[in-house]
Amino acid sequence: MSIEPSWYLTLAAVLFSIGVIGLLIRRNVLVMLMCVELMLNAANLTFVTYSRALNDISGQIAVFFVLVVAAAEVVVGLGIIVAIFRRKAGATADDAHLLKG
Amino acid sequence: MLDLIFLVPLFPLIGFGLLVAFGKKLGNPISGWFASVMVLGSFVVGVLVFASLFRRQPDNRSYTQHWFTWLNVGHLHIGAGVLVDPLSMTMVAFITGVSALIHFYSIGYMEHDRDFSKFFIYLNLFVFSMLMLVLGDNLLITFLGWEGVGVCSYFLISFWFERPTAASAGKKAMIYNRIGDGGFLLAIFLVFSRVGSLNYSVIFSHLDKISPTDMIAVGLLLFLAAAGKSAQTPLFPWLADAMEGPTPVSALIHAATMVTAGIYLMCRVNPILHAAPDAAHVVAWVGAATAFLGATSACAQQDIKKILAYSTVSQLGFMFMAVGVGAYVAAIFLMLTHAFYKALLFLGAGSVIHAMDDEQDVKKMGGLAKVMPLTAATFFIAWLSIAGVPPFSGFWSKGDVLQNSWVLSPALWAVGVISALLTAYYMGREFSLVFLGKARWEDQKSSETKALHPHDPRFVMKFPLVILAVAAAFGGFINLPFHPNFVFLDKWLSPVVGASLLNHNFSIGADWAFALVDAAIAITGVVVAWSLWKSISDRKSLEPGFLQQAWGLDKGIDKLFAGTSDRLAAFLTASVETRVIDSAVNWMGKLASGSGKALRKVQTGYVRMYALFFTAASIALLAYLMTRVAS
Repeated sequence: MSIEPSWYLTLAAVLFSIGVIGLLIRRNVLVMLMCVELMLNAANLTFVTYSRALNDISGQIAVFFVLVVAAAEVVVGLGIIVAIFRRKAGATADDAHLLKG
Repeated sequence: MLDLIFLVPLFPLIGFGLLVAFGKKLGNPISGWFASVMVLGSFVVGVLVFASLFRRQPDNRSYTQHWFTWLNVGHLHIGAGVLVDPLSMTMVAFITGVSALIHFYSIGYMEHDRDFSKFFIYLNLFVFSMLMLVLGDNLLITFLGWEGVGVCSYFLISFWFERPTAASAGKKAMIYNRIGDGGFLLAIFLVFSRVGSLNYSVIFSHLDKISPTDMIAVGLLLFLAAAGKSAQTPLFPWLADAMEGPTPVSALIHAATMVTAGIYLMCRVNPILHAAPDAAHVVAWVGAATAFLGATSACAQQDIKKILAYSTVSQLGFMFMAVGVGAYVAAIFLMLTHAFYKALLFLGAGSVIHAMDDEQDVKKMGGLAKVMPLTAATFFIAWLSIAGVPPFSGFWSKGDVLQNSWVLSPALWAVGVISALLTAYYMGREFSLVFLGKARWEDQKSSETKALHPHDPRFVMKFPLVILAVAAAFGGFINLPFHPNFVFLDKWLSPVVGASLLNHNFSIGADWAFALVDAAIAITGVVVAWSLWKSISDRKSLEPGFLQQAWGLDKGIDKLFAGTSDRLAAFLTASVETRVIDSAVNWMGKLASGSGKALRKVQTGYVRMYALFFTAASIALLAYLMTRVAS
């Protein structure tokens, strides 16, 4: 017997919400990056679920693109985070507000 | 022979083209000789065409040569072509003849000038334009020549453009002429809208299509054009300033030929004036006013050329008087004789200026008759001629004009006679001050290093003087009133202007009375001037300031138009410029910076803030999409 797609979708929604809330309320840059990853993967889970349910491979192809983008994003994001931490140890996201108008 | 007419304007055009390309290389004096020979060629061909036209029957003396179609738009078909008839050929003969003489004279006059070849480029272009003006068989070709002579006049007045006075005199001539040109254009539009063609022959055979009111409008608009070009009241101040140009230019353009273009135009459209007598009367009275204003202004001038300039204005006034009363032959007659003696006067003045080392003040001359006998002798003939002393040419032509003006109104005649008296007087004053009395230049120049040795000019400048003097003396014989067989010009021109000729029959006694009055007036003026000015050069009471200022017309126009627009500009600067335009620009700037200042608050620099906006917007978008799906 198989698990209903709605379970997967519910799980994805929960994961996505956790990611959004984490991004909004946390100050730690590393945690915020992880929250973004969580949102991306929640979206991936949705793609895969629909791909299976509708028997359409294109959803899984989209997941590959998302994974590639996520990998690139992690490379750039971690680079920026390291640069920030070098200037100031234990810096939060609020310390990087150079674009304040 | 008649088909050779295309050569007449072609020669000066070739001269112009070649001098533009090679003028600098040909240099001084070859380029001058080349230009002169081109105009002489025009003259020779012109005389040949004239002769073959003369051999035709009087009622068959009209020949049109079509060159090519110039414009072809809708109902507008303009051909480039020429009309050969007694009027145009009379103009061609005297224009090319006088032009050729003045070209030769210029070779001597301009010999030391840096821009020698450029001067002849302009002169040749002028002759070409003038010939197109008089030969054109439709209004637009005439207008083309009209603009051409205008622009050449501008170039030549401003020829010594380093002098600010010359530069501004050129601009002034241009602006005054533009007023007249506006009238010309409006007349062309009006004629085309009523008749549907611009060809003279078509217009004159369809005059019934123009209503009487329109006819007056066309007549007056064309007169406005003529008044601009021919320096009539109130558009004459430019002609006095035009004397800033080289003297041969003053002789050719601003005395003998270009300024008579207005007379030519009036004679050409004589059927229109004939059909609009009210317009013609305006022409006559404006002419009389100009004759009087010009003559009085000339009495008080000190500049040798300004006297002649106001004299030209006055003489042109006489011609318009004749045109206005319908005596077109008299107008052309006066134009011809005036061309001879006024060109001669200017060339004589040029010789004097040349000899006096560019001095133009008559008060600093005097006694030149002894050292410049030939110039003095020819100037003397020109003086008696313009004064109207019998039997010189001016007596016959001016007498003709005055006698005809009596027919319209004795008052017109009276103004004319007073102006004629003044003419004899101011020319006598000029002659006496320049050539008679004490040699005032001797004591003035003795202190300077370079002593003056005035002398007659060299041959190339002398022979035009002699030829013109002969023409000025005997030019009157082309139209003698004694016997119907002697009125050559009358008979020659009657196919063109005959239909609108004034019908008047004076008795023999009246003819003699007019002639005696004219002669008495002329001799009185001459004698009075002679006795007043022959030894005394300073008579303040006879040179009142308002006459030196030419009745203040120039100042008045300046105040009325330039002054008014200056004040308007100042007012607009204070109100529109600073309050409306400047404040609008400032307001735009303030809008941009104000909105920027308000919106920069959004840019907090906090990532969580942006994420919150992002999320909120996403949710809003999602909610919107869901409502769309639900409905």
